[in-house]
Amino acid sequence: MNPRFQQALDGITRVGGVRGAMLVTADDGLVIADTVMEGVRGNAVAALAASLMKRFRRVSAAASVGAPHFLHLQADNGTLVVVPAPNDVLVVTIGSPELNVGLTRLVMMRAAEVMT
Amino acid sequence: MNDEIAALTDALTRDPGSLAFLELGEMLRRRGEFEAAVGVSLSGLEHHPDLLEAHDLYARILADVGDVDRAWEVWEGILAREPRHVGALKGLGFLSFGAGDLDSALDRLELALAADPTDPTVVQALMTARAAAEGGVPVGSPELADPVFAGLDGAEQGILLVDERGQVLGGGVADERGEDVSEKSAAFLAGAAREAERTARLLDMGYWRWVAAESSGGNVHLSAPAEGSLLMIVRDRSVPSGRLAMLAARAAEAARTWLWEQQL
Repeated sequence: MNPRFQQALDGITRVGGVRGAMLVTADDGLVIADTVMEGVRGNAVAALAASLMKRFRRVSAAASVGAPHFLHLQADNGTLVVVPAPNDVLVVTIGSPELNVGLTRLVMMRAAEVMT
Repeated sequence: MNDEIAALTDALTRDPGSLAFLELGEMLRRRGEFEAAVGVSLSGLEHHPDLLEAHDLYARILADVGDVDRAWEVWEGILAREPRHVGALKGLGFLSFGAGDLDSALDRLELALAADPTDPTVVQALMTARAAAEGGVPVGSPELADPVFAGLDGAEQGILLVDERGQVLGGGVADERGEDVSEKSAAFLAGAAREAERTARLLDMGYWRWVAAESSGGNVHLSAPAEGSLLMIVRDRSVPSGRLAMLAARAAEAARTWLWEQQL
C-alpha cells in the first residue's frame, strides 16, 4: 500500500471504536486501500458506502443543499461514516455504535487531504 | 383497493345484513370518503344495533369529521356496555390527547393496553402520550397550518414526512429561493432509506436509525419514525448536527402521533 495512504488510514483506525477504514472509488465502490479488523468485509463496506453516498447526493441535490461533504449512518450495532476526497475518492470508516464521530470526522478530513 | 371496495359493496347489495359493512366503512374512512363511510356505517347499525364494532366504526368516522362531542358519546356508550372495549378506550384516549388532557389519555390507553397487550397501535399511542406527558410532543392545536408538525421549531419548512412510496404526508421543504421542493425531495427519500437499510443489514449493523448528510448549503437528517414512513429534516449549516438530531427526534414523535391518529 502507498505509505501515504497507510499513514492516513492508520490515523483513523487509532480512534477508539473504529473497526475499519478505507479509501474507495466513488463511482464504483472499489477498494483502493484499507485497514480493517478481521471479520469486516472490506469490499462490501466499500460498495455499500459508495452506493449510499450516491443516493444521498440525489437527496441533497433535490433539497437544494449541495453535495454532501460528510455522511453518517447510525445503526443499532454500528456506525458508518463517509467523507468525499478529491479525485473521486471516498474515505470510509466503519465502527461501533458508540464511535466518537466528531473525532473520527476530524481524522477522516485529514486523510481526505492525502488524496490531493 | 377499488376492487375490494367494489366487492364489499356487491356483498352488501346482495345481503344488506352482511357484516361486510364494517370493512367497507373502514376502507372508505381511511380514503377520506366520509359521507359514504357514514352512510355505510348507519346502514350497518340499522341491521346490527347491538354490534359494538359498528358503533366503534361510526365513532371513528365522527372523530375524523370533527364531530368530537358525538364521537365521545358513542364511545362512552360502548364502554357502558363493555368497559374493556379496546376501540372505545383507544378512541377516548385519542380525543383526550387532542384536547390536551394527557392524564385522561394515559388512563384510557393504559386500560386499552391491559385489555389487549398485543395491539401495536395501542402500544404506539401510549408511547406517544407518555412522551407528550414528559414534554416531548406538542398536543392539541389541530387547527394549525401543518397538522403533523404544528408547534415544532421550523414546522413551516424544512421538515418533511413522506410515505414509503415517496408521497408527501406532511411538512415541506423549500430551496434557498423559497420555492417548494418537497415533491422533488420526497421522490428520492424512499430509495435513500432503502439503501441505508440495505447497508446496515448487509454489514451486520442491525437496524438503521438515521442518516445525516452535511453539505455546503445545509444539513439533512433522514429517519423512519414509524413503519412505512420517512422523515427528513433540512436545516442550514448554522444548526449543529447534535441539535439537528434532537430536532429530528422531536419531529419523529410528532410524526408518530399524527400517524397514530390516522390509524384510529
